[in-house]
Amino acid sequence: MLIRIKTSADIPSSEITPEHVYRSRRDFIRVAAAGAVGAVAGTVLSGGGGGVDAQASLAALPNAKRNSAFVVDETVDPLTSYEQITTYNNYYEFGTRKSQPAQNAHILKVRPWTVKVDGLVNKPGDYGLEDLVDFNQLEERVYRHRCVEAWSMVMPFIGVPLSSVLKRVEPRPSATFVEFTTVFRQSEMPLWERAGIELPYIEGLRMDEALHPLTLMAVGLYGKVLPNQCGAPLRVHIPWKYGFKSGKSIVRIRLTDKQPLNTWQLQRADEYGFYANVNPTVPHPRWPQDREQRLPSPFKERKTLMFNGYADQVASLYSGMDLKKFY
Amino acid sequence: MWRRAWQGLSAIVAAIANWRFFKPAVFIACLMPAFVIAYELGQLFLWDQPDALGADPAKALLHESGEDALALLLITLCITPVRRLSGINRLQSVRRMLGVWSFVYAMVHVGFYLVFEQLCYSWQTCQVGAIGEDLVKRPFIIAGMVAFTIMVTLAVTSTSGWVRRLKKNWQRLHRLVYIAATAAIVHFIWIQKSDLSEPLRWGYWLAVLFVLRLYFAIRKRRETRPVTVTS
Repeated sequence: MLIRIKTSADIPSSEITPEHVYRSRRDFIRVAAAGAVGAVAGTVLSGGGGGVDAQASLAALPNAKRNSAFVVDETVDPLTSYEQITTYNNYYEFGTRKSQPAQNAHILKVRPWTVKVDGLVNKPGDYGLEDLVDFNQLEERVYRHRCVEAWSMVMPFIGVPLSSVLKRVEPRPSATFVEFTTVFRQSEMPLWERAGIELPYIEGLRMDEALHPLTLMAVGLYGKVLPNQCGAPLRVHIPWKYGFKSGKSIVRIRLTDKQPLNTWQLQRADEYGFYANVNPTVPHPRWPQDREQRLPSPFKERKTLMFNGYADQVASLYSGMDLKKFY
Repeated sequence: MWRRAWQGLSAIVAAIANWRFFKPAVFIACLMPAFVIAYELGQLFLWDQPDALGADPAKALLHESGEDALALLLITLCITPVRRLSGINRLQSVRRMLGVWSFVYAMVHVGFYLVFEQLCYSWQTCQVGAIGEDLVKRPFIIAGMVAFTIMVTLAVTSTSGWVRRLKKNWQRLHRLVYIAATAAIVHFIWIQKSDLSEPLRWGYWLAVLFVLRLYFAIRKRRETRPVTVTS
């Protein structure tokens, strides 16, 4: 169990917005405003505490306003419940079963947190969380999340555009790719040997993908800081790509001029590529990708959309590319 | 010491096997997983508890029914070696029943695939083309279908009438059960993304059964070999 020392900035769990309240936007704003008077941006540094039971103790992010440019039609894509999002995770360092990260990820210590920034940047160095992410600029976005395993969810993330993070470290013009490394601490990941993949987990994006306004550096979910199993304290989210592209618990950001070798491509290059754009016309070798299961529905009945429904915003990034070849 | 432990164990197994209600008891035990599945389906579709099976109920039900079928198949395969080693012939009386129950859970497993993955809850929604594609293109589906096709054949020919009709060929045909078990485990391995520990646990069990078969085959050959007299 993690012993948490309360700081003055901590909000008592009784004042954290429950999900049913959250669902009504008006109520949310009212309750959060009442509960969070005086709460400063530093609140979030209290981090993702431990275990399923302790989730209620996650700090709130009350000043993140929803950005109406990045929402979904909730009559078509209703939000997946907090319970489902936080108990069904792929985070192999904490176990390969979907339920295991929720049980084990609390062991990970997410405070203090530093991110090493290196490679082709003008300002390399070890950055604290708040030095990379401007907590006064947090915004909420509702994103569809499509896993390569053909299930999907809809999640309200809180974060900042990744481009704002990159701007702070000043990538050099020669930098054409970004590589993200996920935390790997054997002592805090009892099941890491069972992961069956190379660790630490590596992911990467092309520079124009990283700078795209849709690409989010997330620090929160459902009005609170990210729970550990969802990638606390900061994770990337790229809604038009399969979920494995969105690296969790980032400890290193490296700017490079060579395409990074991401973990799943290293694992099985015939099944997982570098781009991993959601694409119903390119099946995974072992299963089709033209339909998906919108959890918690048991039926694989939803048609998968090109670029996960974000085609009008991102298709131009790939014009002229053979997406069957660059899967 | 090992000898005494073995004798003790054999005595316990013999006592169970010779119990008057042994067969009905095994039948009821085989029925238990079906009750569990029925209860879970009730939670999902009747009693409005969509979260009862976790965020992905289809995956949970597919996994569970597949494991039920595989476990029963491997238990079925244990019957003959245990009987031969222990000499408790009454064990044989439940072998067919166990095998048929394994087939029943395999059927449930395939049914879940058809209903949840391929939407075959009605004729209009059923994705016939996608099923065909799966059967041609996806190795893990092919492996599963090989196992299932064998199990259908063996279940159909499991009746006493077929045993009589096929005579010696019945045993030959039913040796395919080892191929079915192997294909089922390959099917399980091929759906994994990286961690193979779960399917391999079943694989080790099957490997032990193969070794025992080999042992019996060698022993039998030794016993039937004509004695040569050396002068």
